[in-house]
Parts: sequence; structure tokens; C-alpha cells
Amino acid sequence: MSRAGAHNLTPWRWLGLPALAAMLATLLFGAPLRMFGIGLPEPLFPMVLAFSWAVIRPSILGPLTLFFIGLFQDLFWGGPLGLWAVALLCAYGLALGGRSLMAGQGGAVMGAWYGAACCLALGVAYLFATIVSHQQPNLLGVIWQFLWTAALYPVAYKLIDRFEDADIRFR
Amino acid sequence: MAFRDSPFQALKTPLTWAAAAVAIMAALVALGLLFTDHRTSRNTGGYSGARGEFDEVMEPIANVLSAPARWFSGVGDVSGGYFFAAAQNRELKKQVAELERWRDAAIALKNLNLRYESLLKLRTEPAIPMVAARVVSDARGPFSDARLADAGAAAGVKIGNPAMSEDGVVGRVVGVTKNACRILLLTDVQSRTPVLIDRTNARAILTGDGGPNPKLEFVRGLNSVKDGDVVLTSGDGGLYPRGLPVGVAAKDYRGVWRVRLYSDRAAIDFVRILVFDDFSQMVSQAELADTAMPGLTPEEQAQLDAAKLAATRPKAPTATAQAVPTTAPPSAPASVSATATPGRPPHAAKTPAQIAKAKAALKSKRKIPKGAFQPDEVLASPLPPGDQR
Repeated sequence: MSRAGAHNLTPWRWLGLPALAAMLATLLFGAPLRMFGIGLPEPLFPMVLAFSWAVIRPSILGPLTLFFIGLFQDLFWGGPLGLWAVALLCAYGLALGGRSLMAGQGGAVMGAWYGAACCLALGVAYLFATIVSHQQPNLLGVIWQFLWTAALYPVAYKLIDRFEDADIRFR
Repeated sequence: MAFRDSPFQALKTPLTWAAAAVAIMAALVALGLLFTDHRTSRNTGGYSGARGEFDEVMEPIANVLSAPARWFSGVGDVSGGYFFAAAQNRELKKQVAELERWRDAAIALKNLNLRYESLLKLRTEPAIPMVAARVVSDARGPFSDARLADAGAAAGVKIGNPAMSEDGVVGRVVGVTKNACRILLLTDVQSRTPVLIDRTNARAILTGDGGPNPKLEFVRGLNSVKDGDVVLTSGDGGLYPRGLPVGVAAKDYRGVWRVRLYSDRAAIDFVRILVFDDFSQMVSQAELADTAMPGLTPEEQAQLDAAKLAATRPKAPTATAQAVPTTAPPSAPASVSATATPGRPPHAAKTPAQIAKAKAALKSKRKIPKGAFQPDEVLASPLPPGDQR
């Protein structure tokens, strides 16, 4: 049995670069640009990582990296510290728990799982933001952010497709 | 012996469980951070060191990354101005005609107002210095609405300073580093701003919920708001100066009063930060902690002198109580009512001899400043039965 594919799954390739890309995208979409009265959308880019890392293979580095990306997200957006770390880790947990059910499924089923993970992450963020601020966040805003985050599914699918076969022990 | 030959070769790391355990532990740490973080705290220490360092590092990076956005925004403005020049010209002419009437009214009212202020000797608000800052990053989600601006403590910005765009109030500063500050917008889910309705002077709290139009909560009075009412900062609590323009009241589809913010008319790319000292920043904690009581009135001083004189004389048994006539109700003890000062609670009074004794004991304990009266022992005397709760 050839293990050549496994050597491609170095942490830097499947964890480091995607994490940097997600942070860079967050920075770029944080620019105060507004044209014709409309600002840039604000999707939750690290959601792609929370879902695809759990599907590619279970790893100790994955949730740790997600924790730090969540803190980065909180610091950059100026929100309560720990909010997005909790939300992303919950989504990671859902995907990790359901990865055996996702094995061998097509893009549509994976998309449904991704949507469920997005729902869970934003639901957790909604719950804790309500508890911390004693005020319910605007539901339309949450739905809007969910739609933009869900629209990132092709990126997550591409990432899974790229690294899923790299280490066949975890297929 | 190679690992594959050892008895541990069949040992498989339960990687899924390990990953789940790490995820749970990290989530617990994040929850701990979440419930101990106070990003809107007025205390400087509340803006944690991590946030400050992060903002200081991110300010130049975000400034560079947002440069293309600023250029594009400029292109959009130019192209919009070019294509809609005629319509804008018509609109501006209408606005100028209307504003000229307001200008004349404002000049007359300002003149009248100055006269009233001088007649009434009103203590008016001093002019507030401002610092201009460029917004370099922007968070617009439902869970946080904040801006990072490129002016900090070096420019005189302090936590709590209000920030305005050219249209109206944007928010207030919740974190400052040397060269950057974080502005919490009025729309943020943790933002609470005391406001007033200009027409009725009714007070309310403007509560952000992450949407574009924050809610008006705790509106005082019945029917004190109607559609189109102008909303201003009330200045209550010393958070903002009074009278800054916030927006216009409007009812949403559920019947909840909201405010269409003036600052939402255009992109918030530049802000003016009002270097305004609110009450909490002006109050000296050392002064508040000073518990020295005011000096004696002439009457009290005379009584104290009499008490001192009485204390130097040789005492006759029960002489004090018998010598002073009793004017208090029968329920009060005679010795208490004997030296009661009008306007003072009777339980604070004692005989001159007791006061002198108390003063002597206090003097022996600590030096009393001249003119200051600290009747600790006198005030600590037990209350009469009628005053005890």
C-alpha cells in the first residue's frame, strides 16, 4: 500500500494555509467599503475550516487552531472575546460527530451538513450574545450572515475534495 | 526494538475522541473568556491587554488593506456624482432654500439664547475639542458593530469619548491604545445610549441590536414619540454631551419604536472623536473618599466652648441634668434634649460634658484639623427608642 498520499497531509498544508487564507479574507472583508449605500457582506470565513477540517480527518491541531482563529475573529470584529471560538468549536463538534455519516455521500448531503453546522454555529453565537449583552441580536442580521456563510460551501467542498484522499486511514 | 515489533503495535490512538476532547476543552476555555470579558467597561483595565495589543498591531495592517476600498469608494462617489449630477443639483437647490430659513432662525435664536444665558447667569457647557480619525476596519455583523480608527491616546482620545460622523453620532470609544481606538457603534448589541425626543423632551434609552436601526426602550411618558421625531443625546449620566444629533424616530412592523440613524446616511470612513470628559472621568476618587465633615456653625462652636468651660469646673453629682431646663417630649431622656440643636436629630445630642469628653478622647487619638468637627463618638451614640429601626 502506498503511503504517498499521507505525506501530502502535512499540517501546514491542510491547516496552516487555509487558516491564513480565512484570516486574510476576514481582513479584506473588514474594509469600510460602501458603494451605493451597500456595505460588504460579512460571512464567517472560518466556518469553512470548522466543517472541512473535521471531515478531512480528526486532529488535535484542528480544534486548537479553530480556537485561536475564533479569538482572532472576536478581536478583529471587536465582539465579546470567546464568542466565535465557542461557535466554531460547536460546529466542528457537529461535523466530527457526523463524519462517519457523511462518508461517501454526495455534494448535496454534504451541503446539508454544512448548512446544519452553520445553523449551529450562528445559533450558539446568538444564544451567548443574548446572554452576555442581555439583548437579542437582530434576527434578520443573523439570517443574512447565515446566507453569506452558507454561500461559502463550494470552498469547503473544494478543501475536502483536495485533502480527503491524502490520508486513506481516515476515509 | 522497533515500535511495530513491540506489544504496543496494536495500540491505536483514539484520534476522534482526542480531537473531541480537545474541542470540548477549548470550548470551555472560550466560554470562560466570554463570561469574564467586559469589552464595554468604562474602566481602562476592562479593555484587556490582548485587545489593546491586537488593535495596535492591526491598525497599520488594516489601514493598508482598506486603501483599495477607499479608492473604490472614491470612484463610486465620482461616478455617482457624474451620472446623477442634475438630480443632485435640483435636490441641493431645494435644500439650500430650506436651510436659508433655518439659518436666519438659528441666528435669531442664538442671539436670544445668549441674552437669556447672560441674564440668568447660566453655567453653559464649554467648547469640546475634537480629534479627526480615519476608520481602518469595520465589523458589521449582528453580534458586533465596531470600528477601528487610527487615533489613540497619543492624540488625546480616551475611553468613553463620543464619536461622530459628519451626519450624526456614531458611537463611543471603548478601547484606546497609543495610536488606535475601538469605537462601539450605536447599533452594537451591547450599546446603550441615553437619548431624548427633541419635541417632547421625553427620555429613552437607545438600545442596539445588531441591526441598522436601534430600538428606543424605556420611553418616558405616554405618546411622547411620534413618527419623524428628532432624537438627540440627552446627556444623562454624563455619557454624551446633551443635544448631539442621533436620528429620526420610526415605528417598525411590530410596533417597536426605532431610530433611523443620521450616521447611516453615508459610509463611516472618517469620524470626529469628541474629547469630552464625562462625569466618571472628571470625578476624583480621592475627593469622594474624603469623609471629613464640614466645620462647626457659630452656635455649635459656642456650645462646644461652653462644654469645654464646664468640663474644666469641678463636677457636682447630676448637676448638668438639673441645671438645664428640659424642652424635649417626655419620652426623650433629659440629658439628650438638654443640648439638642434645632434642626438636628435629638439622638446626635449629648451633654456638654459628654461632648467635651468625646473631643478630648478624639484629640488624644488623632489630630483634628482646625475648624473640622468629627463627632464620631457622638454620632455613634445609641439611637433613642423612637428612632431605632
